Amino acid sequence: MEFRPTIGLETHVQLATATKLFCGCANRFGDAPNTLVCPVCTGQPGVLPVLNRQALELGIRAALALDAELAPFTKFDRKHYFYPDLPKGFQISQFDLPFAHGGGIRLDDGTFVRLRRIHLEEDAGKGIHDRGDSTLVDLNRAGVPLLEIVTEPDVHSSEQAYDYLTKLKERLRFAGISECDMEKGSLRCDVNVSIHPVGQDGFGTRCEIKNLNSFAMVRRALEYEIARQTQLLESGGRVVQETRTWRDAEGRTETMRSKEEAQDYRYFPEPDLPPLTIDAQLIAAIRTQLPESADTRRARYQAMGLNSEELQTLTLDRASGDWFESLAKACGEAKAAAVWTCGEVNRLRNERNCSFSDLPITPAQVASVIALAKSGRASVSAARQVFNALVASPSKTADSLLNELGLEQVSDTGAIEAAVAEVLAANEKAVAEYRAGKEKAAGSLMGQVMKKMGGRANPAIVQEALKRLLAGG
Amino acid sequence: MSAPLHLRKAVEIAAEVREGKLLARDVAEHFLDRLRRYNPQIFAFVEIHESDLRAQADAVDAARRAGATLGRLAGVPVGVKDVLCVRGMETTCGSKILRGYRPPYDATAVERLRAAGALLVPRANMDEFAMGSSTEHSSFGPTRNPWDTARVPGGSSGGSAAAVAARLTPVSLGTDTGGSIRQPAALCGITGLKPTYGRVSRYGLIAFASSLDQIGPFATCLEDAATVTEVIAGNDPRDGTTVAAAAPNLTDALRQGVKGLRIGVPREWTDDPSEWYLTTYPKELQRIYQLVRSPGYLQRQPSRLERLQIEDQIRQANGGEIIDGIPNEIYASMRTQTLDVAIEQARSQGRFFMDVDTRDAITEALAQLEKLGAELVSIDLPNAPLAIPTYYLVATAEASSNLARFDGVRFGFRAEGRNLEEMYGRTRDQGFGEEVKRRILLGTFVLSAGYSDAYYKKALQVRTLLKQDFERAFEKCDVIAGPASPFPAFEIGSKMDDPLAMYLCDLFTAAINLVGLPGISIPCGFAQGPKGPLPLGLQLVAPALREDSIFAAAGAFERATQWHQQVPKAFAS
Repeated sequence: MEFRPTIGLETHVQLATATKLFCGCANRFGDAPNTLVCPVCTGQPGVLPVLNRQALELGIRAALALDAELAPFTKFDRKHYFYPDLPKGFQISQFDLPFAHGGGIRLDDGTFVRLRRIHLEEDAGKGIHDRGDSTLVDLNRAGVPLLEIVTEPDVHSSEQAYDYLTKLKERLRFAGISECDMEKGSLRCDVNVSIHPVGQDGFGTRCEIKNLNSFAMVRRALEYEIARQTQLLESGGRVVQETRTWRDAEGRTETMRSKEEAQDYRYFPEPDLPPLTIDAQLIAAIRTQLPESADTRRARYQAMGLNSEELQTLTLDRASGDWFESLAKACGEAKAAAVWTCGEVNRLRNERNCSFSDLPITPAQVASVIALAKSGRASVSAARQVFNALVASPSKTADSLLNELGLEQVSDTGAIEAAVAEVLAANEKAVAEYRAGKEKAAGSLMGQVMKKMGGRANPAIVQEALKRLLAGG
Repeated sequence: MSAPLHLRKAVEIAAEVREGKLLARDVAEHFLDRLRRYNPQIFAFVEIHESDLRAQADAVDAARRAGATLGRLAGVPVGVKDVLCVRGMETTCGSKILRGYRPPYDATAVERLRAAGALLVPRANMDEFAMGSSTEHSSFGPTRNPWDTARVPGGSSGGSAAAVAARLTPVSLGTDTGGSIRQPAALCGITGLKPTYGRVSRYGLIAFASSLDQIGPFATCLEDAATVTEVIAGNDPRDGTTVAAAAPNLTDALRQGVKGLRIGVPREWTDDPSEWYLTTYPKELQRIYQLVRSPGYLQRQPSRLERLQIEDQIRQANGGEIIDGIPNEIYASMRTQTLDVAIEQARSQGRFFMDVDTRDAITEALAQLEKLGAELVSIDLPNAPLAIPTYYLVATAEASSNLARFDGVRFGFRAEGRNLEEMYGRTRDQGFGEEVKRRILLGTFVLSAGYSDAYYKKALQVRTLLKQDFERAFEKCDVIAGPASPFPAFEIGSKMDDPLAMYLCDLFTAAINLVGLPGISIPCGFAQGPKGPLPLGLQLVAPALREDSIFAAAGAFERATQWHQQVPKAFAS
């Protein structure tokens, strides 16, 4: 019997707000433990939450970026469970009235993955278990705004799940909603999967998988779990509804808790936060500020004549494309801007291990380097040297560096022709070979001319002179 | 020669301090002297910070000498219920679980009092987490009623009420979730206001039931109550449920008079409601109490047999599945009586429901108001009898959530255990008192999957019906009048074994919290107790944000009567 898997994904994304969801503490990763805390996010008796407008606005922006529909009326609910990293004994979340629903993501294979709901909630703190016998709690993360994005059961393979997550991440990063960095925990994902015989209606019993720390792990875990469930059913067994955890080192899932141990969260409306009406004006205002999506950008770049490699680099994140566009604007030529952004600039970024926005060189400076090459005053390799020199001494100009390094290209046709003539005279054998049809001989002649001119001759003019003199005899 | 400071209005004291005729320090010493003499008799405050009070007073005097303009409560000692956070001062809600907890911040109301020049006198005693109507549920021991120290002052703000009644502080702050300001005000013969929900910021008020809690003043006269309310009221960006409206001008409203004001008298509050309670008290609520009644309440683990019996009862009652987790919470459950037994007992004691003295005093007060020019209209609040069961579903549900943060992890009391679960269990078992645990269990139950539709959601629906009742009533009247408490102060210990009888103290007050309206209790007479007079209170209720109507009616009544000037003999000098 053949089985078809059905997969649901539940993704948590930290919003890139300045402050936490219900208090004024900074929303930042990597600070010393318990330094980004206040009475509110540590759950002191008597405190009250106040909604961060920026979080709501980013949430709305995310919904728009995912083509979801915004609820005109929404509210927060309390979700109860006891755990040391949850200061209040409940998490402020949204239960029956999430602020957005619908929308979705089109996968490479054409499948449309619909979104069931998008809601806002607060993150919990973090338990630190590796300090001897005791567990310590860091509440810096407690209260950080999270978006929970839940799919409809439209995903049917681990590949599709991987593609969905990749595209989801791209959409959210492009819209400036989140860093979506799984290593820093700003994107987390749980999946549930079931299988059922092809051609039959309904779904099989599903298992939820947790502890997935990268998209690749999601793919591996799903592959394992689908195989496990298939084997179970084929051998006459049955799947038990439960939560399983992924052991990446061992490449398998194992039982974490059964359905019977499932918690009763006792949701009820958060009485400290008045319900919200999201008015159309606010939505319209956010829609006009919505940054261009990666798909739109890709199409636009393609129309500019960029190749697929360039498209990929320039849509990795918004900053790369933004950088490229400022450069294109400054130098007036999209293709050259793309070549430089994907070449020297990207190399420098990799070297420095920084983002495009933190580069030590500006698009205007690079444009001045490109201008040197374009005007013929610098060869491509000379321009590269000027670029590097400019990175090292950003206060100087490309022009002055070209002079300083003595790299100015010779485009004087007379001088070049004289040099070509000298080389031809000294290499009768090669000239004869060329004229006999061995065009390769021109290469070595070219090399000699360049050498003679100290590498500074304009190669296009050299080539032209060489062709002409060789042909002219 | 003017009267001693403790027999004068707070606003008079503040005026003299502002003018430099009186030193805040002298005011502080006068009241510290009274606190030392009288607090041991009634235990209104669980502790008194003498040097802190002197330091506050000296700061006020220094500010005046430096030429600063002093606030409206300059130099006035204000009692603060142990539920309001005062920065750096132990604040415990009368509970063992918060022993040693010093909040790192001031409640907004406390901050506003400070800014007005008031001298804070923290730690007025209270029922643990404001759950109770007698202040007997304090882990520090009960507060006593200054009119008869064998009796309760009411609750949960019993310490704040007793302090003002005994003139240990001129005014004080309490909180009211189901009657916790109005009922003790009535039982102590003073004025107590629960403002409109959202009038006063709840920031720094340790929550019992968030959608019902509200901070308000106790005072010996309306002018003082008006002033304190004006100081603490108003929008607070730290509390999203505060209203945008500016703080009301109640001092002016006081002088408006009652002519032409329509005063509604609910049939449901004046007829004896006991028949209704015997016949139509919601069966669901009775069923919960029956289900959770178990002789071994919190003393021991239930036997296997008990477990099966309880599960069987749940099945029969609900005709459904046992949701895992629920029975465990029910076992460690409530030692309580069924409602009809409670009612029978109350009847046999002749204290059911509204006692004769209370009924007569209210009738007279209404006649007085009519004489002063008010028009009395009969109104209906058909769903008012549902208020108590509804209140105990909503309030306990919210309490079970609000009290989840007391887990021994970050502050207060912790009982160690071999693992996390045991630490949680022991901390909460040893840290909370019986009444608090009873309500957490009930609240946990009513929010549980499979039950929340029948209980919590039903309660919300009734809440909506109640709102509609009051909206309709206020089409016919401007203010609603009735008793604040069904009976005067009762003896300490008389209701402690009978939680349901205790819950009925909120009979006339809980509905007001459920609909978020402002309500006041003002002195309106005395019942004759075995050891002397016992005060009675008249409750006045207005539409949301119309505290001014309350003060107009109450002001006329206060000017025409002397009830508010009566001081318990033992504390007069």
